[in-house]
Amino acid sequence: MNTSALDTPVLPAPVAAKRRSLKPGWFLVSPSVALLLLWMIVPLGMTIYFSLIRYNLLYPGENQFVGLENFQYFVTDAGFMPGATNTLLLVGSVLLISVVLGVLISALLEAGEFWGRGIVRVLLISPFFIMPTVSALVWKNLIFHPVSGILAAVWKFFGAQPVDWLAQHPLFSIILIVSWQWLPFAILILMTAMQSLDQEQKEAARLDGAGPVAIFWHLTLPHLARPIAVVVMIETIFLLSVFAEIFTTTGGGPGFESTNLAYLIYNQALLQFDVGMASAGGLIAVVIANLAAIVLIRMIGKNLTEQK
Amino acid sequence: MLTLKQTRRLHSVLLGTLAWAIAALIFFPILWMFLTSLKTEIDAIAMPPQFFFSPTLENYLLINERSDYFSFAWNSVLISFAATILCMLIAVPAAYSMAFFETRHTKRTLLWMLSTKMLPPVGVLMPIYLLAKSAGLLDSRISLIVIYTLINLPIVVWMIYTYFKDIPVDILEAARLDGASTWQEIVRVLLPIARGGLASTMLLSLILCWNEAFWSLNLTSSAAAPLTALVASYSSPEGLFWAKLSAVSTLACAPILIFGWISQKQLVRGLSFGAVK
Repeated sequence: MNTSALDTPVLPAPVAAKRRSLKPGWFLVSPSVALLLLWMIVPLGMTIYFSLIRYNLLYPGENQFVGLENFQYFVTDAGFMPGATNTLLLVGSVLLISVVLGVLISALLEAGEFWGRGIVRVLLISPFFIMPTVSALVWKNLIFHPVSGILAAVWKFFGAQPVDWLAQHPLFSIILIVSWQWLPFAILILMTAMQSLDQEQKEAARLDGAGPVAIFWHLTLPHLARPIAVVVMIETIFLLSVFAEIFTTTGGGPGFESTNLAYLIYNQALLQFDVGMASAGGLIAVVIANLAAIVLIRMIGKNLTEQK
Repeated sequence: MLTLKQTRRLHSVLLGTLAWAIAALIFFPILWMFLTSLKTEIDAIAMPPQFFFSPTLENYLLINERSDYFSFAWNSVLISFAATILCMLIAVPAAYSMAFFETRHTKRTLLWMLSTKMLPPVGVLMPIYLLAKSAGLLDSRISLIVIYTLINLPIVVWMIYTYFKDIPVDILEAARLDGASTWQEIVRVLLPIARGGLASTMLLSLILCWNEAFWSLNLTSSAAAPLTALVASYSSPEGLFWAKLSAVSTLACAPILIFGWISQKQLVRGLSFGAVK
């Protein structure tokens, strides 16, 4: 750097610059790193330990080492297969819905001027700011309710028998609620990304005779690759541990029809007091999340740190 | 035959109608929640649903009697603000040194921080629950403040980092040449320049804390319970209190919703880790 020539004459310039650049470096970062390390290692270590012993809060004192028994019980538990399947279905469908509809809706909003565009934007992104317990209860009681919900009214209007959504299609209903919360996030990110698309490029393509579909397919979509990756990554983090929406609506039922892994583990831990088995389940959830994370960070980690 | 101008007009009207229809559909649950909060309990469950009714504010007055609304709201405010401030205090120095004194470990450290978000909360539910229990911190605001600080730290560091990255190093170097210490450099030069970015980071952190519903439901019962837990307590089927449920929900969401509306543009950047500007 040429400013070093202007540096204080007392110290040789490179030494001064070096001292400054070394000192704040690790010293200022370390609190964050240390705290996060602690936050990861201590509880994770304890979880690993608990998962290897017999540990039920209802039977204190019987904490002998049992090896992988907890894992075996958790994996063969009646709730495990439905829990794992439901987790994947939930994450997969919400991702699909929010990315596909998110792209379409934001493309629609950016397709041209119309009256009240600002208000439409605000209305569209609003559900993202609603807390999970509120959205779950509003959907459960005001929308899905078989007697007085809005959907029941619509069904009756068309002469059909109202459906008890949460009892008959529990997982579908929860996917709908969670999608309603996360679609606005995708719209928010993708809409902003589309605004940064080079208008001149678009105009040039139009002059060359490209139709709106061709422009969308060859110009807009490639431009959206990175924002879509961001949406997928962040949503995956939160969707893998959806909890409040299930807790306040179906309680995982009927049976295990709407239980995901997060809820299953909560059930083992705080309702059946089986710490050992809950910990084994927790570790399995961690492994699943990390497999997803490795894939995702490989995919887009480079994009994220590449700034200008 | 339509003229070009007329075609444009028609295009705009069609586009607008479609966009408004979608927006109305997506916003409907929130609108309906608000309308229901102004109804009597009888109107709230009327079939067919009532769009026109004589509004009443009685639910808003009654919810404070049924459950002490303000103590829950106070918990939410206190926990969100304390966690946000604590998080900023830890994150600003880290982001400062990563943005301006980049080493070959910086990128890896940033990605590693993000990867801690991949640890699902259920994976550490038991240890945290037992640690809090043995420390006497179950149903205490302190445990939630600490946890929220830690779970938001990676996002906050990332967000501030991307804002700092946009500040030209020359400005800081000029201050340094004028003899400013590291402390002066941060407080007098850096923070005023990055004010806007820091404000939207705090806003995002507040929103995340306010709406967090895994730890608040599992670690609190009454004394430290924030609004998410209060709303969840209305899920028990002890009667049809939907107008009151709606009133509580409206009150719980309104502040954050308004925050979000005002700051949507700035939030995008933070939420996408600087990938979208």
